Amino acid sequence: MLTQEKLQELELKAEAIRETIIEMLVAAGSGHTAGPMGMADIFAALYFYILNHDPKNPAWDERDRLILSNGHIVPVRYAAMAHAGYFSVEECLTLRKFGSRLQGHPERLRLPGLETTSGPLGSGLGQAAGIAYGARMDNKKFRVYCAMSDGEHDAGNVWESAMFAGANKLSNLTVVIDRNNIQIDGMTENVMPLENLRAKYEAFNWHVLECDGNNIAAFVEMVDEAKAIYEKPTVIIAHTIPGKGIKEIEFDYQWHGKAPTAEEAKKFLNELRTLKGKIESEHQ
Amino acid sequence: MIYQSAKLKENLFNNPEMAPTRDGFGKALLELGEKDPRVVVLCADLAESTRVLPFKEKYPSAYIEIGVAEQNLATVAAGLANYGKIPFITSYATFSPGRNNEQIRTTISLNNVPVKIAGSHAGLSVGPDGATHQALEDIALMRVQPNMTVLSPCDAEEARKATLAAAAHDGPVYIRLAREKTPQMTTTETPFEIGKATLLWESPQKVEVAVFATGPLAYRALVAAKELEHEVHTTVYNLHTIKPLDKEAILAAAKEAGAVVTVEEHQRMGGMGSAVAELLAAEWPVPVEFIGVNDSFGQSGKPDELIEHYGLGVSHIKEAIRKVSARAVRS
Repeated sequence: MLTQEKLQELELKAEAIRETIIEMLVAAGSGHTAGPMGMADIFAALYFYILNHDPKNPAWDERDRLILSNGHIVPVRYAAMAHAGYFSVEECLTLRKFGSRLQGHPERLRLPGLETTSGPLGSGLGQAAGIAYGARMDNKKFRVYCAMSDGEHDAGNVWESAMFAGANKLSNLTVVIDRNNIQIDGMTENVMPLENLRAKYEAFNWHVLECDGNNIAAFVEMVDEAKAIYEKPTVIIAHTIPGKGIKEIEFDYQWHGKAPTAEEAKKFLNELRTLKGKIESEHQ
Repeated sequence: MIYQSAKLKENLFNNPEMAPTRDGFGKALLELGEKDPRVVVLCADLAESTRVLPFKEKYPSAYIEIGVAEQNLATVAAGLANYGKIPFITSYATFSPGRNNEQIRTTISLNNVPVKIAGSHAGLSVGPDGATHQALEDIALMRVQPNMTVLSPCDAEEARKATLAAAAHDGPVYIRLAREKTPQMTTTETPFEIGKATLLWESPQKVEVAVFATGPLAYRALVAAKELEHEVHTTVYNLHTIKPLDKEAILAAAKEAGAVVTVEEHQRMGGMGSAVAELLAAEWPVPVEFIGVNDSFGQSGKPDELIEHYGLGVSHIKEAIRKVSARAVRS
């Protein structure tokens, strides 16, 4: 059960992750802003509450696996990993730079704890399903999580993998879709409509849940429910606000693939620190 | 004359037994199922024709049906390998590594996980199915990916050995297989080691042309060498490993002969001949003649008919040997 104290801690972690995302993006001079900011709450919940993991031993056999399918939002993962103790928060500032372990899109062989290499969309779910299938063959108890974007559901590979996971009842697999309704060229429903996304997954034999992806308590509740489903894989359609935390970029698809300037970053960081004060006072 | 240490079949030139390389692959999978519980086989709705059906029947819990979904075939296997299994993925080479090339690049090669990709029905000898099913670019697709090893066995017995070696190799491997029955050249005694070219034929005279062949066409290269025995003195190597190339053996043979012929059932562009030429151009330039499909798709027909039509037959190989011999760089 998530206590008020723990919830506040997670919200503060999410805020710290957001600050780090802005700092790393401005240092990099390029990258994606909207997706990572929108997913900060979910990554805080995963790394500081849900995942069974050991930052000091990333190759631990029994760890839960978190597969990031939409590799372009990796700044949120790097920031969460750094705050969780996989490496120093300072290293985040090497993002996208020559020789860095923090590649523009995540590479498994360069940084322990990433699990897979991703960026080209649509291929994370198949890998997550493969890990879940192998783990079940060996009666392993760990769980497999796969974070995906909504836009990548345009890709056929996603539906091949969804069909496979549903057919094989991979109940040790939980997918989280970042349903922020934007992709590079605009709103998802204008580029290539995804709705009815719930009905599509249900038709593929999945247990489907929906929640506010920027509400940590609601998300944690969905993840707990997924653990109790034994006959199907579960997908959580997490409705998030792209750019969440900074009013002027929220919901704006033009922030999908660009980084803030130094000036913008200063303003954004001030806004996030105000948010931090608000979280602290709310829980008192 | 036949190189004795190769321990080839004695009836090599006299009604050799015939078998498709895919049979050797299926046989090896059964051996692997017995000895390594990490081995799993993934099928894309082609169990019988890729020869994984016996494995399915004997080891059903290590057999995974993917359906007609080659992109998912690659990605699920990448996940299984990432977790600790040794997955073999099987389909026709036009589909895997053709259709799913990007998934192989990112989730298998760049991830560097030990997925073994078996591409069956490679080459023109698929026959009547026609151009859509005749993979002529798979070697090119696979050899340009870092971390990937590329194997192209010459007969069913060598395909068996290549499959066992692929399972034992810690990394991604592509194994090229064929549908059609072809002559059995090698025996269980014939050496096989990934990355080591096998010498099949060596003239007792001063060698004038070095022939490098891969896949079942190695048999035609041998026949060509024998028929030219008293005219042009050759060595014939079986390059069952196209990546990594056996640079040492290739350079030594090219230096000795001063002229080279490459033989493969693949596009000339990007295939084994290109790999050999890249090496020679950099280290020891000698004239090369390429036996391979010349920038064209195949078509329906009988396998032998197609091999002749596209210029890959014994007469073509002999012609290439004569031609390159005349251009040789003699020291």
